[in-house]
Formats: sequence, C-alpha cells, structure tokens
Amino acid sequence: MLMNALSAPWPWYVAGPLIGLTVPLLLLLGNRHFGISSSLRHICAACLPAKIPFFSYNWKKESWNLFFVAGILLGGTIAAFHLTDPLPVVIHPQLAAELQGYGVTDHHALLPVQLFNWQALLTIRGFILMVVGGFLVGFGTRYAGGCTSGHAIMGLSNLQWPSLVATCCFMAGGFIMANLILPFILHL
Amino acid sequence: MNTDFEVQSLDTPVKQEPGWYQLKYLVAGVFFGIILVKSQVVSWYRIQEMFRLQSFHMYGVIGSAVVTGMISVFLIKRLKIRTIHGEPVTFTNKTFNKGQVFGGLLFGFGWAMTGACPGPLFAQIGAGFTVTVVTLFSAIVGTWVYGAVRERLPH
Repeated sequence: MLMNALSAPWPWYVAGPLIGLTVPLLLLLGNRHFGISSSLRHICAACLPAKIPFFSYNWKKESWNLFFVAGILLGGTIAAFHLTDPLPVVIHPQLAAELQGYGVTDHHALLPVQLFNWQALLTIRGFILMVVGGFLVGFGTRYAGGCTSGHAIMGLSNLQWPSLVATCCFMAGGFIMANLILPFILHL
Repeated sequence: MNTDFEVQSLDTPVKQEPGWYQLKYLVAGVFFGIILVKSQVVSWYRIQEMFRLQSFHMYGVIGSAVVTGMISVFLIKRLKIRTIHGEPVTFTNKTFNKGQVFGGLLFGFGWAMTGACPGPLFAQIGAGFTVTVVTLFSAIVGTWVYGAVRERLPH
C-alpha cells in the first residue's frame, strides 16, 4: 500500500512542499544556502581553474555542495530502480500529437528516448538539444548567478527581488524556446 | 566591478566542519533526488507542458515550494532559529545586475531544450539516462566559458 503510493508519480502538493523544505533543511544542517548550479562552478574551480579569477577560490570550503549533488544522483538511482513506477509517463495529448509530427512516439520513460540517446548525439538535432542545450544551462545559470534552486526557490524564499527578475527571465526564455525555436530544432 | 555574490564562504565566514559532517548533505541530496524523480520534475515532458501551458504540475510544484521556503525562512529569521550545531543562520542579499536578465534568458533556452535544470541533470544520470552525462559535461563547459569571458560581458 505504502510502496504503491511511493511508486506512483507524486502529486505537486506533496513534492512542492518537500522541495521547499530543502531550504530550511540545509540552513539548519549547517547554514548552507540551497543552490545547485554552484556545484558546476566548484567543479570548474577544482578541475581546471586556469588562473581565471572567477574560479580562484577555495572550493574545498564549498564541498558540501558537491556532496549534495552526489546525493541527488544517488537519490535518482533509488527513485528509478527501487521506487519504480510500473506505468508509462502520462503526457498531454496535444504534446503527444506535436511530438508525433517530429517522429517522437516512444513515451515509456521520463525522457523521450528517441531524442536523448547516445546515437542521437551524432545527429544535428541531438547535438543541439544535448550539447548546445547543456552549454546554455551552464553558461546561463552562472551568468544569472543561480538556477531554479538558487534563484526561484532560495532567492524568492528570502524575498530577493533580483531573484524574481531572474525567475521571470528563466520562464520567458523557456516560453520563447519551447514555442518559437524548439519546433524548428525538432524538425531537423 | 564585482558582481560575484555567489560563493558563500567568500561572503560570510563559514566554520570549517569535520569531513564526515559532509555526509549530512549527501543524505539531504538523496532525499532531494528522490523527490525530483518521483514528482517527474526531471521529466522533459513535464518541462515542455509547463512552457506550453498544458499542465499545472510544474507551476504547482514550484509555487508550493516557494511558499514553503518563504514561510520557513520567515520563521527562522523571526524565531532566530540556529543550526543543529548552535550556529546562527545568516542570509546574503542578492544585488541586481543585467546578468540576471541575459543569463536568465539563456538558461531558459537551455532549460526548454534539455528539459532539465542543473539539479535534474544529476538526478537523470542517477535514474539511468546515461547520455545526460554529456549534457552535464556541456553545462560544466558552459560554466567555465562564462568564467573565462565574464569580464567582457555586460553586467
């Protein structure tokens, strides 16, 4: 019974508050500010600082962040392999119809496996989605000074108006890409 | 001009903790990762539905997370709650710069393309989508390139 409830997709009113509680959890565990994209910066500072001032700081003092993201990876494994949802992902019929137009019809996983797989990396479409998209995530979050966690959740929780500006721009960028540009990429 | 307000240990003195204390954050991350996957926040489909206004799910998740976070921060400040080690909890204010607009838009583009923000990238890899390693690596390269060219970007 409990396992069934845990294995089915969790509704927003369960997941949202739990995600929100990560803010006080990290604050009370050790005065740490919730933010995930910083981990990418610490990885740069640790692996290839190249005397760039932006990466010249003692990343070891921020290593909690790397443990946190390692935990996220492990949590993803536990959720996917021990709390497995037996049913395919439910998607909006309009989205399914649109994706069918691009030849994307397999919706058994959380990601469309026809778009995101190792062979697809060698296609223009897959390269743009994964490599260019990933680059924009890393470049954009650092330029903005945070991502969904640092700005939209931690920043807004602390009533920081620059975080509200950033969050609105995340959403605006997403709307522009998903509705105006992505259709052309998916047609490639 | 310094617009770098992100490294907490540079802004506020952070007490050095014994190494094994880091396990706290590993465990916190495990919980967070499970929530991300089980709520399908890591799903490319849920992100597409959000940006096409086809589903309330992501708005509900982010909205209720923000409200919960706001109440928590308010209570921690008002009641001067300390950490489990008795240290005071501190907050840093963010300063506006144009990066939040330009960078925000660029990240929004990437978010809609990959269907993932940085947290879900790690969770997707854990959930068995091995090709996300490439997306994550590309995000690290993007971060590095930003660090290398940031002096020449408008802030």
